[in-house]
Amino acid sequence: MSNLEELYKEIILDHYRTPRNRGELPPPASKTEGFNPLCGDELTVYLDVKDGVVADIKITGHGCSISQASSSLMSVAIKGKTLDEVREVLSKFKNMMTLEGDVVDLNDPANRDVLRSLGELAALQGVAKFPVRIKCATLAWNTLSQGLEEN
Amino acid sequence: MSYFNAVRVRADVPALTRVINGHPITYLDSGASSLPPRAVIEAMDEYYRLRHANVHRGVYQTANEATDAYEGARSAVAGFLNAPGGGEGVVFTKNCTEAFNLLAKSWGAANLRDGDAVLLTEMEHHANIVPWFQLREHINIDVRFIPVNDDFELDLTNFDELMKGVKLLSLTAMSNVLGTINPIKELAARGHQHGALVAVDAAQSVGHLPTDLQDLDVDFMLFSGHKMLGPTGIGVFWTRPEILNGMPPFLGGGGMIADVRTDGYTPATGFTRFEAGTPMIAEAVGLHAAVRYLEGLGMANVHQHDRELTIDAISRINHQFNGRVKIIGPTAHANRGGVISIDIDGVHPHDIAQVLDESGVCVRPGHHCAKPLMKRFGLAATARASFGPYSLVEDTDALLEGLQRAITFFG
Repeated sequence: MSNLEELYKEIILDHYRTPRNRGELPPPASKTEGFNPLCGDELTVYLDVKDGVVADIKITGHGCSISQASSSLMSVAIKGKTLDEVREVLSKFKNMMTLEGDVVDLNDPANRDVLRSLGELAALQGVAKFPVRIKCATLAWNTLSQGLEEN
Repeated sequence: MSYFNAVRVRADVPALTRVINGHPITYLDSGASSLPPRAVIEAMDEYYRLRHANVHRGVYQTANEATDAYEGARSAVAGFLNAPGGGEGVVFTKNCTEAFNLLAKSWGAANLRDGDAVLLTEMEHHANIVPWFQLREHINIDVRFIPVNDDFELDLTNFDELMKGVKLLSLTAMSNVLGTINPIKELAARGHQHGALVAVDAAQSVGHLPTDLQDLDVDFMLFSGHKMLGPTGIGVFWTRPEILNGMPPFLGGGGMIADVRTDGYTPATGFTRFEAGTPMIAEAVGLHAAVRYLEGLGMANVHQHDRELTIDAISRINHQFNGRVKIIGPTAHANRGGVISIDIDGVHPHDIAQVLDESGVCVRPGHHCAKPLMKRFGLAATARASFGPYSLVEDTDALLEGLQRAITFFG
């Protein structure tokens, strides 16, 4: 697999071309804005939390394929999850982004389990190899994290 | 006598021998920073190996040599610009941004009053915007913008109206996003008719177009060394010596004083007043070598070379991609610089740049520190290719192949 194909896995291109959970939510859903000042990417995450569960999430904004796909994958991964579960995914995702892609030993069952537990999100693991693009992948997650704090 | 041959220039630039991802490097980011020729690198190397000492202080031989080298650079820059008053009006700064901060925070703070206006343009780099907003926190100045029209040029329809109350017209000679070359001489004359001073951001132009300060008749010119084949860490603030002598000090410390007592200090006069602390001596030596190198090429030749590459690239982009790749800037027919910003529907600039990197093609994605301009055209970012005197038509070939790959990849 070429470097590019590793970065732009089919699942990422699919979420970029057909983003899930696009749009806005009316109040009382929370609204959190995220910016990447260096590249101009902008995201707004709308979060509707009911009884400790993410009842709905919608995202608007613009950015590169990595930031758009990551936000779309994130919305799918956390919709319907309890806040505790969301925090766990968040922390696992951020850990994955800080692992150097080419030194992750996929034969290590612990690493395999983490990636498996992330499901489709694991497709973003290739981004870790491209340090400049990590901030693209984490923009939605940092915005979510800020939204949860404010909630 | 000048002599220009881009293939020879290319052979002078060590960084162009790099191989990236298995491909010879295609460097199309000279608008962000140009690549220094061997003459610049060797001049700095020789300085550090044999001549280094602090300037303006020692009496021993190498200290004198260092001082001569530093001051020689100042004269060379003045000569390159055909500056009225020679080197007396040349202040070395860290970069062009620091030069703008010197303009706003020294000249601006001393000369602008509540209600005065500063006129900029919508195509300015943040370096010529933010310092004015910062000054506005202390003096109630009006910061205005000349709009940019749909042909990517300044809309001068209401220029005279906009000039009312303006004390300084500060604008770029060449847009770092659009490649537009502004009519500086004409605007300087019109600005002066309104009683304003005129400052020019020459960061993009000084290494690409002939510059003649006596002909342009502007009052300030600001640029950086590393966009004109010189090193990073040095920029130039030029103004007429009589204006410079009326400006208060900016940074304080050693070197910029005439006297220091326990009850206060007296600043030095002239450019010395603005060069606090040990200056960037090696960088000045490198800039001097860059100036000599560019003079050897001939700035008219450098501009002509940029033009030929740009006309060729724009017409091939338009022909090959049938409108799918949009150029955010004037057409090939305009007198424009070698900066080509592109926008591809459905492919984000970051993704374009990533695909291009795979084949060693270096372009810049982003807002290029010109967010008001981006907003004007409804864009968050563009991918920008920019030429230097070492660029060849083969660089355009690699760019077009890469763009085709990006379009195929993202559909």
